[in-house]
Amino acid sequence: MSYLPHTDDDIKKMLATCNAASVGELFSSIPANLRPASFYLPAGRSELEVTTFFERLAAKNRTDLVSFIGGGFYDHFIPAAIDALASRSEFYTAYTPYQPELSQGTLQAVYEYQTGICRLTGLDVSNASLYDGGTALFEACNMATHATGRRKVVVDSGVNPIYRKMLYTYTANISIELVEVPIENGVVDRRQIIGEIDDTVAAVVLQNPNFFGVIDDHGDIVKKCHEHGVIAVQSVYPVALTLVKTPAEQGFDIATGEGQSLGLPLSFGGPYLGFMACRRELVRKMPGRLVGRTVDTMGREGFVLTLQAREQHIRREKATSNICSNQGLCALRAHLYMSLMGKNGLREVATLCLDKAAYARERIAAIPGVSVMDLHPTFNEFVVKLPRDADEFVAEMMECGYAAGFPLGRYYPDMQNCLLVAVTEKRTKFEIGGLSETMELVLCR
Amino acid sequence: MIRNDRSYVKTHEWAYCEGDTATVGISHHAQDSMGDITFVELPKVGAVVTQGKECGVIESVKAASDIYSPISGTVSEVNGSLESAPEVINSDPYGEGWLFRVKPFSKEDPAAHMDAAAYESFLESEA
Repeated sequence: MSYLPHTDDDIKKMLATCNAASVGELFSSIPANLRPASFYLPAGRSELEVTTFFERLAAKNRTDLVSFIGGGFYDHFIPAAIDALASRSEFYTAYTPYQPELSQGTLQAVYEYQTGICRLTGLDVSNASLYDGGTALFEACNMATHATGRRKVVVDSGVNPIYRKMLYTYTANISIELVEVPIENGVVDRRQIIGEIDDTVAAVVLQNPNFFGVIDDHGDIVKKCHEHGVIAVQSVYPVALTLVKTPAEQGFDIATGEGQSLGLPLSFGGPYLGFMACRRELVRKMPGRLVGRTVDTMGREGFVLTLQAREQHIRREKATSNICSNQGLCALRAHLYMSLMGKNGLREVATLCLDKAAYARERIAAIPGVSVMDLHPTFNEFVVKLPRDADEFVAEMMECGYAAGFPLGRYYPDMQNCLLVAVTEKRTKFEIGGLSETMELVLCR
Repeated sequence: MIRNDRSYVKTHEWAYCEGDTATVGISHHAQDSMGDITFVELPKVGAVVTQGKECGVIESVKAASDIYSPISGTVSEVNGSLESAPEVINSDPYGEGWLFRVKPFSKEDPAAHMDAAAYESFLESEA
């Protein structure tokens, strides 16, 4: 197909309609340093040159480090069967395969994924997935404002700072008011957050375990929410759900979370998987795709997209959300992971995380000059207070082969010396011992 | 299929006034063009609805459409049976398929209201 450019005349007319003097002016809301300097691309390269270029680029990544970094994204073991099954071409090559006549396999996989998420969270309905934990959390807030007709959302600062930043980005130009409640000693400030709950609030957003790894039972806050018709939203770590009280057990209306831990590699930030489940009464406010099980005219079981009247292609500008797709392949991986591990396997992973983290906590707390914040129970992640700047410390630990944790000063200015350490089932006793011994050596230098 | 005991608006809702209460529903034409109705979201009792403003949603197998209140007032009753049997709107749009009742703020019929004859010619002009 030939390329048909706009004529100068076309461009002039369009600019006049937009009241813009030049094409550049149309992009003025984008900061100048983020605009492309030039659209003249370099000359083409051969396959060999491109391969070499990317191999060199990839070699800059450190994949040899023993990782204790968490902060919402975790280094869990991924069984080889997941790659083998998820890369089957029937799943791998199809884009938005929602036509029931052709796509029973994919639709069944999505339906089973939804079933897995419902069982993990304890809630009634799950959608076919969203982009990542942060977008899922925003969509939950959006749902709550639609369901209540209110505009205020109260957010605990124990919610992952990346998600909170995303909430601000999403709501910057729409009329949702965010009220953030600072944490107190590493947990939600109950007095203050309950004080914020009244008949003008659409949703209260909490996280469990919170960003500092602290496990909580938010049942009391949820109860207060429901007295005022407020939707209670909890962002969760799916691996922890087999051990801690589920969102449903705590009374939450909506649960969201990052599904990366369910069989997806860390991969330098994505693609990841947002999941969302809610109570049945809210299903028509739920965004995204939803697969249901039904029977055809011959009475045979089949799977189809359902409740589509919520969605953009039918409801247009009145749709519950502009999301009309899902993370098909990532959701498939999560489904495979949940199925391969099974109920007992998932609980075993969670127990290993909990036990190994407890061991790491003990070892690190014994290092002179170092303290572990231990006012509250934690899952597989905890805060370590160092006698010096955590950012510099992490850089020095990397030279010794350890990704020691996440420096909290990056998001909490008063925590410059604090490190968030995560331990998954992959870490051995030997590696945990190595971490604490290396930490001691680096701190003595 | 237009009843001449009530008034209509261009968004195809009807209002039937009796005493100090107005009952609201959608016309036969509206239910017919929507097809099989599968779900209704109604305003809550005690909510204030404004004439010409959306106050609920009707979903059918074909589409989701907003309900625009034909009258301004306070909602006094909603048709709870529609939750489990929304198809009644299709079978009896002027009777059992009513949506909600309102205590109107004003006794006078809003200017936007059409009688049966005017609604009929409106439908013809739209066809």
